[in-house]
Amino acid sequence: MPSSPPTKRFLCVNRKAPHGTGYAAEALEAVLMTAAFDQRLSLAFLDDGVYQLVQGQDTSDIGLKHFSATFKALGDFDVRTVYVDVESLEARGLTPSDLLPLHYEDEADDWAVKDLIQWVTRAQLAEIMDAQDVVLSF
Amino acid sequence: MGVEVNGHTVETDEEGYLVKLDDWNPEVAKAMAALEALTLTEPHWEVLHFLRGYYDEYQIAPTVRVLTKAIGRKLGPDKGNSKYLYGLFPKGPAKQACKYAGLPKPTGCR
Repeated sequence: MPSSPPTKRFLCVNRKAPHGTGYAAEALEAVLMTAAFDQRLSLAFLDDGVYQLVQGQDTSDIGLKHFSATFKALGDFDVRTVYVDVESLEARGLTPSDLLPLHYEDEADDWAVKDLIQWVTRAQLAEIMDAQDVVLSF
Repeated sequence: MGVEVNGHTVETDEEGYLVKLDDWNPEVAKAMAALEALTLTEPHWEVLHFLRGYYDEYQIAPTVRVLTKAIGRKLGPDKGNSKYLYGLFPKGPAKQACKYAGLPKPTGCR
């Protein structure tokens, strides 16, 4: 085997509501593929994208897969940060408690359960985007 | 395509994965394994049940790495390594075991 290839910093930016279009499901697919290739990957949710994380969604009547359950597996795929834009939340009358609690278990810290979500402002998010090698925008 | 189980055919895709996930039962797993000359033993079932539980919770099949880590945690470090899992499922734990567990093909397996 060749020595490990260099990893890049990937950020998957989610701006669309979950089920009206295919963007959210495709973004999640891209995230899981990227994670499978051992890249340093984080996600960001802003604008209507914050609706993807709202808990208690039931897709059974619209015939679509309930992919928000899969967000809970992000930690297993070595995602360590999910940025959520607090300004987008406020503009939609949402609070952090409306969103899925997302955690990961830190293998290096005796499997301690830690929060995946970091609450950020739009200005902070701009800086975060600037620091990436690759930004996948959905 | 399909797999014969107790006299009727359960539909599978061209690679042998179930078309309807609800068609799964342990007999289906045994029949799929038999097609690949594998007899399922208790250690195989441990992995299959883990995969089904994982899919049920997260609506996604884990990758090999996720599977290895999770099995190691749940069943002990002597089982949480690829040598153990490849020993059980020579064609690849995620790919072959997911098939027998009735899950879709995992992301990252092409």
